[in-house]
Amino acid sequence: MQTSSRLAIYALIELASNPDKPISAAEIGTKYRVSAHHLAKVLLTLGRAGLVQSVRGVGGGYTFTGNARRVTLLDIIALFEDTSTECRLSDPTKATPEEWALFDVNKEIDDIALATYGSITLATMLKHVERRRKSAPARTEGASES
Amino acid sequence: MSNGMSQAAATGPCAEAGVTIRRAGADHLDQIVDLDARITGLAKPDYWADIFERYGTRRSHERFFLVAEAPDGTLAGMIAGEVRGWEFGSQPCGWVFMVSVDPGMRGQHVGECLFRAICDAFRKIGIDKVRTMVRRQDRLNMAFFRAEGMVAGPYIQLELDLDEDE
Repeated sequence: MQTSSRLAIYALIELASNPDKPISAAEIGTKYRVSAHHLAKVLLTLGRAGLVQSVRGVGGGYTFTGNARRVTLLDIIALFEDTSTECRLSDPTKATPEEWALFDVNKEIDDIALATYGSITLATMLKHVERRRKSAPARTEGASES
Repeated sequence: MSNGMSQAAATGPCAEAGVTIRRAGADHLDQIVDLDARITGLAKPDYWADIFERYGTRRSHERFFLVAEAPDGTLAGMIAGEVRGWEFGSQPCGWVFMVSVDPGMRGQHVGECLFRAICDAFRKIGIDKVRTMVRRQDRLNMAFFRAEGMVAGPYIQLELDLDEDE
């Protein structure tokens, strides 16, 4: 998953869990240890997709304007990266059986990843976050990000 | 659990859904066939009679075929599962193999109420894990089970096309 996708998911979780309170890019950036500049670009894309709205003025920031029970992680990721599993062999007409075999394995992995992202809504993520919060101390096993 | 796991909870998803959970009875069969036919476009009375006979009448201490009834008695949804164990070393677990909600009553917590009821039934007989298998492309059921907290388990489903394995 690319950094922009990950930041977008973090930002939307943050905004969807505080539906009545505008939150600034700086606040979100501080929490997730990323630059507000990068986050602002991500939020711009989310705004164009109708998922967030900016609120100007004192106490302003961004609010979530999507449907948390409908928007999936895949919907969000697709705003920032190509999620198709189309054949990416450089020249399929000349590909060897070895290349096709490896393609099959990678496609299997990609299909599972897409099905997983496509089945998890923001509302489900909010529940997951809550379970994580309750199960302190947080597990860190295998926590490296990809 | 008696035949009447019938009291809808005063709070929670069953109260929000306004349904009562019961074990399926023979008198539910016509509505079960009708609900399935409306969803799948295919009436399968023999199939459902067989499912009911196997999961609604036999080994009822570890097989559960539950229905959600609306206040007027109409079928709002159904769920079925059983205890399975020792497949490739698995400790006995609850296995949900069917859940279905009337399309007109979706988004009203009926499925959540049914799922929690069958989880409670498994829990009462000492089962601490529930599993299911869903098509990857089945976004509706995948999202439903995810929303109920299910995650990928330690098993992975594999298959072989016998026509190609020559």
